[in-house]
Amino acid sequence: MRRRRKMKDWILKSLIWFCSLLTVLFLVWMILYIVSRGLPGINWAFITTPYNLFRNQTGILPMIVGTLLLIVTTLAVAVPIGVAAAIYLTEYARQGRVVRMIRFATESLAGIPSIIYGLFGYIFFKNTLHLGFSVLAGALTLSIMVLPTIVRTTEEALLSVNPSYREGSLALGATRLQTLFKVILPSAIPGIATAVILSMGRVIGETAAVIYTAGSVAKIPAVDRLLTSSVRTLSVHLYMVALEEADFVSAFATATILMIIIALLNLLANRFARKITDRQGMA
Amino acid sequence: MQKEISKKKIVVKDLNLFYGEFHALKAINMDIYEGEVTALIGPSGCGKSTFLKTLNRMNDLVEHVRVTGSITLDGNEILSDVDVVALRKRVGMVFQKPNPFPMSIYDNVAYGPRIHGIKKKSQLDEIVEKSLRAAALWDEVSDRLSKSALGISGGQQQRLCIARTLATEPEVLLMDEPTSALDPISTSKIEELCETLKKNYTIVIVTHNMQQAGRISDRTAFFLLGELVEYDLTERIFHRPRNEKTERYITGRFG
Repeated sequence: MRRRRKMKDWILKSLIWFCSLLTVLFLVWMILYIVSRGLPGINWAFITTPYNLFRNQTGILPMIVGTLLLIVTTLAVAVPIGVAAAIYLTEYARQGRVVRMIRFATESLAGIPSIIYGLFGYIFFKNTLHLGFSVLAGALTLSIMVLPTIVRTTEEALLSVNPSYREGSLALGATRLQTLFKVILPSAIPGIATAVILSMGRVIGETAAVIYTAGSVAKIPAVDRLLTSSVRTLSVHLYMVALEEADFVSAFATATILMIIIALLNLLANRFARKITDRQGMA
Repeated sequence: MQKEISKKKIVVKDLNLFYGEFHALKAINMDIYEGEVTALIGPSGCGKSTFLKTLNRMNDLVEHVRVTGSITLDGNEILSDVDVVALRKRVGMVFQKPNPFPMSIYDNVAYGPRIHGIKKKSQLDEIVEKSLRAAALWDEVSDRLSKSALGISGGQQQRLCIARTLATEPEVLLMDEPTSALDPISTSKIEELCETLKKNYTIVIVTHNMQQAGRISDRTAFFLLGELVEYDLTERIFHRPRNEKTERYITGRFG
């Protein structure tokens, strides 16, 4: 009896171990595969020169700039709105039917395929609002797309703040707004940072919705037309060089750069959140 | 008895409180005297904590609460139109579990003064030191004021919470079972603290610990099922209770 139980235990453990190993292996294999095929195509010129097929230039600087521009603009629009909405839903709204409906709507929004957001952005932002193919049209469309993530993640972060902080602050005669800004929001920063990381991931990875709204012009926008120019992001570029030009050296090199940028941005956001938690002494 | 002529700080008249349909406090009448420690005792769920929280309107935070009757602080009604922020500045509260904010020891104590508009560093320094000394914590933390408040022991955290409350210069100090989460040594420190603090503050303390009520309070109120069964000088409550239920509770036969 005992031996059988031990045996079962052992089999189960090995199975779990095997599954986690498999997951890690796939990831490592994929990264190694992409990097090993991409690295030969990467050199200083590749990441610092413009892209012009007629002059035989295949640099991706415009795509790096375009990607960062789109990320920053999207976050600048979506984070304030999303965090404010989450604050309203958790701190101020009377918990009831209306709030449940808003939550349901946000969750449904998260399940809509991105091409539909793209189509909506194309019709509404590009055509109706006459924004054209531009960073702004792209960022607004992507904002709507990442809003549910930001709202839900921030809500979770706010709800997980120890309720005794709220009580303690109010008992000292603080108003609700003071309590929010001085105690609750600082404690929720790590959660909000997670929301930002997830949103960046979606912006970076998106292609369909971006082509429809931000277009695919592979040029660095002029400084005075930063938001009104069309840009091409790295993901869109990847799609184009792979499928339209069949240039797989460029494609894998771009993919490698893309992964490096994602890793760097995540590291940055994590470090920022860590710094704040350290200061609070919660780590 | 000299105690009986001290000034009435808080006067509670015909106080009723409902949580939805539940009648949690039933027609409470009670005078709380200035410069004394008043202990509220009774079994769990008897309404003593609820009563405590009506004194600084913390029950406002709970949904579906309805309160009738009257509570006056220095003769001014606090249940109807009163500035809750100003009230809570005058009537401070220390909670059952130490709840320091996730920030430095200094910032915890300076939190109250800062939200009430004090910005000058020298003034804040002074308040922080004074409050920490009053809470008998200064000597233990003076060399690490900039360290996180979450890094000190539970007993120190509770004294920090007392210092944080004192920093807003309240007149009344409400304590909701302040030692129930602490070890015996920390508990005795907080009890000694009550003894010194009552010179300058009126203290109302909820406690589950009969000995504690006996040791530190001047008057004791015994609550049962939302009613104030008996309220008198602590000495009388413990030695010659008039009500049979009070006697049975303090001798440990129920509760």
